[in-house]
Amino acid sequence: MTGSADVPGSHLDPAHGRHLLLQMLRVRRLEEKCVELYSAAKIRGFLHVYIGEEAVAAGVLESLAPEDAVVATYREHGHALLRGVPAGAILAEMYGFVEGCCIGRGGSMHLFDAATRFFGGNAIVAGGLPLAVGLALADKMAGRSRVTVCFFGEGAVAEGEFHESLNLAALWQLPVLFCCENNLYAMGTALGRSESQTDIALKAAAYEIAAWAVDGMDVLAVEETARRAVDAVRSGGGPHFLELRTYRFRAHSMFDPERYRDKAEVARWLERDPIVLLRAAMEAAGQLSAQDWEQLEADADAEVAAAVEFAEAGSPEPLEDLTRFVYSERGASPETGAGGGE
Amino acid sequence: MKSSYREALRAGIRDAMLRDERVFLMGEDVGAYGGSFAVSLGLLEEFGPERIRDTPLSESGFVGAGIGAALGGMRPIVEIMTVNFSLLALDQIVNNAASLLHMSGGQFNVPVVIRMTTGAGRQLGAQHSHSLEGWYAHIPGLRILAPATLADARGMLWTALEDPDPVLIFEHGSLYNVTGELDDDAGPVDIDTAAVRRPGNDVSLITYGGTLPTVLDAAGQLANEGIDAEVLDLRTLRPLDDAAILTSARRTHRAVVVDEGWRSGSISAEISARITEQAFYDLDAPVGRVCSAEVPIPYSKQLELAALPSVERILAAAREAVGARG
Ligand SMILES: Cc1ncc(C[n+]2csc(CCOP(=O)(O)OP(=O)(O)O)c2C)c(N)n1
Repeated sequence: MTGSADVPGSHLDPAHGRHLLLQMLRVRRLEEKCVELYSAAKIRGFLHVYIGEEAVAAGVLESLAPEDAVVATYREHGHALLRGVPAGAILAEMYGFVEGCCIGRGGSMHLFDAATRFFGGNAIVAGGLPLAVGLALADKMAGRSRVTVCFFGEGAVAEGEFHESLNLAALWQLPVLFCCENNLYAMGTALGRSESQTDIALKAAAYEIAAWAVDGMDVLAVEETARRAVDAVRSGGGPHFLELRTYRFRAHSMFDPERYRDKAEVARWLERDPIVLLRAAMEAAGQLSAQDWEQLEADADAEVAAAVEFAEAGSPEPLEDLTRFVYSERGASPETGAGGGE
Repeated sequence: MKSSYREALRAGIRDAMLRDERVFLMGEDVGAYGGSFAVSLGLLEEFGPERIRDTPLSESGFVGAGIGAALGGMRPIVEIMTVNFSLLALDQIVNNAASLLHMSGGQFNVPVVIRMTTGAGRQLGAQHSHSLEGWYAHIPGLRILAPATLADARGMLWTALEDPDPVLIFEHGSLYNVTGELDDDAGPVDIDTAAVRRPGNDVSLITYGGTLPTVLDAAGQLANEGIDAEVLDLRTLRPLDDAAILTSARRTHRAVVVDEGWRSGSISAEISARITEQAFYDLDAPVGRVCSAEVPIPYSKQLELAALPSVERILAAAREAVGARG
């Protein structure tokens, strides 16, 4: 059941390669800006960036259809963006403005978007897994051939919800793709210090779920494996599981002094930066000119600049609305929580 | 000596570890990371990984293990990163820690101490901003502490560890950086009584934990208006110090309860009920309450502030109570 995917990417279409590069770059640039804006106190609360892990979201989300659903964690800016939530709405959310994708109620850790079936933004570790199982259950019961993709960190593997969710999904043969973003640390706790069995794919296999471990720094490998898994799930093959081996280049959040890992380790992983890797491979294959790269950077920068402008022009929600959205407003059309239905 | 609330907590843990070999600290990121709020910073180096024990993300598992270790003769201090995540351990806390003594007919007591951060105010959004200590105070079998001062941060832990039954300690996130003077010989304090933090005659402001500084602020401003407010710090939410609450309310004839929890079914409701049950004829005004708005705490700054008890809302409630002077 377990096993590594074979090495893909040898026959890359240059346009597609540039697309993937741009997707990763969009996330990178947006989050670099977020860090800057956090220092400038425009963004508050907790901010967890995905820098270094972009190949995972970029590769996996590439294989989804619009009717599929995505569940993610508090480290979800990239997933939201690549799922199609506008950068401006994401940034405005972090500013706490009504123009944000959750009108400023959620913040960085709680991005939701009904239009793209993006179900958060969950800040309780492993809290999203049972939700994903339920979304998939609804699809199965309604006879829809949709896939629910659930992202979570390897830290979630220690929670009961992880095990309960995998068992349910397998028992009921639900259309879920579990994507474990194994960046080796849960805050300051290294995988080997929290798991007796560190082979995570093996745990999924114990629940009779097809599980593959993938190099999460290689966006092509991620994409190809995810495509296979999504196809299998969609065609009724039951839940699948990907362990995406990656690394977080930055601190856990903006308050982490990083006492638990040494700089040399971080430096080694920086050499495997997924953007640098794909860029270098494409350049070596003559698929990416200096001009192409500049264009990609310019596109990503322009999107971020426009998003900042959008967020800066945003406005705070009026105080008299404080107790809205605690219960549904009967008669009004739902603004964000359109539910799991159509 | 100068100390922060965080350092006072650390001194309390250190002291307990030195006093009793059965004491150990366990929780997520208490060791290598240095504590998610840096409370346990440096303790791993001093006491080693056996006694400053990092756990996986398994709240139900390690809280239950703490309860089991207490049954087995140890004196565990279990740190849950925040009250929000204690919900994953709720079953262990309520169905085991709080119930075992009773279910076993008095045979098995559970001397575990569970510490956790609580409260809102830092724009962390709904899932990181709960104030559920009042909820826990609903449960017979638990003792609920809310240290609001440096002396209590320093001194409540040891007394809690000596308690034969489970004790939950709630540390409000806004207090960690509060600094002040702590007696050089500060040590264990009682965990039974409320404390008058500011004596006064016109109205009793009853509060605890993270809102104590806000209430003291408000009391200072009320003094400028000629309203002499008494500030009562509950310290222990279960069992409540009825005598202190009633003595104060009977003396000032007016009471306002300030609680960051939601109002419905809350500890503030309980306090208000006890005052009206037992001191009704001494009151010159209805008991007032300042609580959080009944909404999951929003991220945006202006809404979060509007949701939480503020000096302004406390002033308004106190003025109203005093204005209703008979
Ligand atoms: C139930 C729960 N316990 C603790 C926390 C505090 N916390 C937030 S993120 C985190 C680490 C999670 O690590 P991992 O799942 O590997 O994801 P990563 O942050 O590495 O992406 C912890 C302990 C939480 N949010 N939820």
